[in-house]
Amino acid sequence: MTSLSFDIAHLLAGGLVLVSFMMLYQDRLSALINVYALHALVLTLSVAWQAQVQHAPHLYVTAAIALGFKAVVIPLVLHRIVRRLGIHRDIETVVGIGPTMLAGMGLVALSMVVILRITPEADPLAREDLSFALSVLLLGLLVMVTRRNAVSQVIGFMSLENGLILAATGARGMPLVVEISVAFSIVIAFIVIGIFLFRIRERFDTVDVGALDSFRGERR
Amino acid sequence: MATIDVSFFLWGVAGLLIVAVAAVALGRSAAASNLVYTATFVLSAAMLVMLGLHLISAPGTVLKTTLPIGLPWIGASFKLDSLSALFLGVVNFGGAMASLYGLGYGRHEEAPHRVLPFFAAFLACMNLVVLADDAFAFLLSWEFMSLASWALVVSHHRSQASLRAGFIYLVMASFGTLSLLLAFGLLAGPAGGYGFDTIRDMPHGPMVVAIVFVLMLLGAGSKAGLVPLHVWLPLAHPAAPSHVSALMSGVMTKVAIYGFIRVVFDLLGEPAWWSSAVLIMLGGITAALGILYALMETDLKRLLACSTIENIGVIFVSLGLALAFRSGGMGLAAALAFTAALFHILNHSVFKSLLFFGAGAVINATGERDMEKLGGLIHRMPYTSFAFLIGCVAISALPPLNGFVSEWLTFQAILQSPELPQWGLKIIVPAVGGLLALSAALAAACFVRAFGITFLGRARSDVAAKAGEVDRFSLLAMFVLAALCLAAGILPGFVIDGLAPVTHAFVGGSLPSQAHLPWLTIAPIAETRSSYNGLLVFLFIAIAGWGAAFAVHNFASRRVRRSAAWDCGFPDPRPQTQYSASSFAQPVRRVFGSLVFRARETVDMPPPGDLRAARLTIEVRDLAWDWIYTPISVGIAFAAVRLNRLQFLTIRQYLSLVFLALVTLLLVLALWT
Repeated sequence: MTSLSFDIAHLLAGGLVLVSFMMLYQDRLSALINVYALHALVLTLSVAWQAQVQHAPHLYVTAAIALGFKAVVIPLVLHRIVRRLGIHRDIETVVGIGPTMLAGMGLVALSMVVILRITPEADPLAREDLSFALSVLLLGLLVMVTRRNAVSQVIGFMSLENGLILAATGARGMPLVVEISVAFSIVIAFIVIGIFLFRIRERFDTVDVGALDSFRGERR
Repeated sequence: MATIDVSFFLWGVAGLLIVAVAAVALGRSAAASNLVYTATFVLSAAMLVMLGLHLISAPGTVLKTTLPIGLPWIGASFKLDSLSALFLGVVNFGGAMASLYGLGYGRHEEAPHRVLPFFAAFLACMNLVVLADDAFAFLLSWEFMSLASWALVVSHHRSQASLRAGFIYLVMASFGTLSLLLAFGLLAGPAGGYGFDTIRDMPHGPMVVAIVFVLMLLGAGSKAGLVPLHVWLPLAHPAAPSHVSALMSGVMTKVAIYGFIRVVFDLLGEPAWWSSAVLIMLGGITAALGILYALMETDLKRLLACSTIENIGVIFVSLGLALAFRSGGMGLAAALAFTAALFHILNHSVFKSLLFFGAGAVINATGERDMEKLGGLIHRMPYTSFAFLIGCVAISALPPLNGFVSEWLTFQAILQSPELPQWGLKIIVPAVGGLLALSAALAAACFVRAFGITFLGRARSDVAAKAGEVDRFSLLAMFVLAALCLAAGILPGFVIDGLAPVTHAFVGGSLPSQAHLPWLTIAPIAETRSSYNGLLVFLFIAIAGWGAAFAVHNFASRRVRRSAAWDCGFPDPRPQTQYSASSFAQPVRRVFGSLVFRARETVDMPPPGDLRAARLTIEVRDLAWDWIYTPISVGIAFAAVRLNRLQFLTIRQYLSLVFLALVTLLLVLALWT
């Protein structure tokens, strides 16, 4: 592998981590969805580059799926949902932006340390890729934990899945079937969660999960 | 004659399982009890006969087979070697006798459909445990054995005590199986070789050996009733119907010891010397405490269950000695100790079954387990009391019965201890010998008490006064066992020779052949050192006893005088003024009880003029409960209350928990050097 292709792969994966940080920074839902679309776009580029570098044409299919579904369809649907629910201007972080960003940096450092320590003999491309993927995954989880709105938790979940795809494409010889099945399960999860969102909304007039807690008689 | 295969025994086990299923189908029908006990008797006896034929026709051969059941591609392998054969004999003999007894006793069972299926399944599982040749088959049969016996313990499910006993038993049994599971996991190593052959051939590091030894002590010891893991035993064994109590006390504890011997003596290689010291000390403590518990009991079956703890202690002392001698390279002494252990295993399975059968007969006749309400049964149940007396003499280790021989062999092994290389053992073993001597004496006192209070004196209750002799099947089972006690006591040489292949295979030495010695003498080490002749002792006792009886009857005055019994000068005709079980135990309780049981006597004496009765209240505590089990259960309850909050978190808190767990694991990975 030439050093240029390695650097570009590195750049794209690093870009994905950066977009994850942008996601942490957003406190409005519409902006969050836009950043998620960007996240999917960067993922598409990264996967396509991997396809180019690894001479693995089936990865182009993955890239196409990512572009079609994640960068276009899902953000559009989410925008519609948010607009119909009328929550596109909600400010809905639980923890302040500053501490969240600090925690995110800590997580990225942690995943770097872990992956670089446990895979000294691995292919350098896969190695870097894995550590970035783990960062994206942890940041996605962090988004889920620090938001109180169900929609943004869905977005956190989807970005987590992007991290998985990044890890999968970094490893050579990942069969397409696996990727497609992962993609499908995510779509199904998305549908289910979407349905639940509306059910929750119907019942409680809000998608703030705190309403569920107060319904159960918990203190907020 | 066709060669005998392991598959024959497996067919027998399958037959027992079919009987279990059939018993479910038969349900509460009247014939079920007879049919099932006949079937289990025939199957057990057939297996016993085939085992005998195998041992005679092809001694020393090892049979193996693998069944395509269980784990895929591995199957379940079974093996019959000398040790398995011995225990297979114990299991099936006990099973046959319990079935025979059940033919009579089972008629009085109020809920036979709760007993019969599990009885057959219990027998089948015990057979499988001793035949198993891989960890999977062993653990599976072990666990099913526990479950079947648990079902038998709670068969009288309406009584609160049974349910509590069943619960404690289930907890202890799961704990024991968990220990065994971990032990076999360690033995199998990272490669996962679960066959016993693979485990045996694999080298084990000293750390693994030590941990596995401790785990086996916990796992097999909890099933066998080693102090302080004994607490379930006096509760669970008596709660089952009496023939099942006999099986649990007489046979299942032996199966537990089989598991211990199989792993520690066979699979583990060479444990460090301290493990034998641990074994010897625990055995000594178990023996002394067990018999002290028994002395405090007034419930006949609980007394017998507690005395099982004592005998398990004796067996573990012998096993520890065998381990110590074996690692010290003293083949003959190791063989002596191992023979003592195996002989005592055989003996205990025989006389403990006999005693439980006797207790069951008493319960059948009177409906009463409390010795304070019995008495005088020797007039109403002469045959039962005779058989029970034989059992009492045997378990008290009096010559010429079998209990004496095995305890004598144990003491002979203890006397070999000064030749051990380790100073620690040189000091510990004689001390434990003292403990064993104490427990032997206490056992004699305990069974004098058990027999005397139950069968002698005057009836302490109406039911005891109206009792009648039990049925023929029960008597037959008891007399077969009593005859065996006598036979093994008079002819111990044959038993010792029969055990030689096992000792040769497991401790690498065997005692000199005893059968050729003149007059059926046994001399385990050398004739100059010590020897015992059961036949001579028996003849002497018989002649002396007969002579004395003859003299009394022929030369003494023939005038018969009847007068009131001496009762401290207060002629009170009520039987309650007799010596009672508690009063018999009082001296021992005064001497040992304040230390071992925190026993406290409070006397409530009404002031003069007050007409209420005086009361003597005795409080006896089991320190194992106070020091070990109560703190554990309090801790668990505390933690459960604290952790209950985890059931009521919000979605985001659950997510955060998962997230924190993930980050913590990653941190551990990052910081791990």
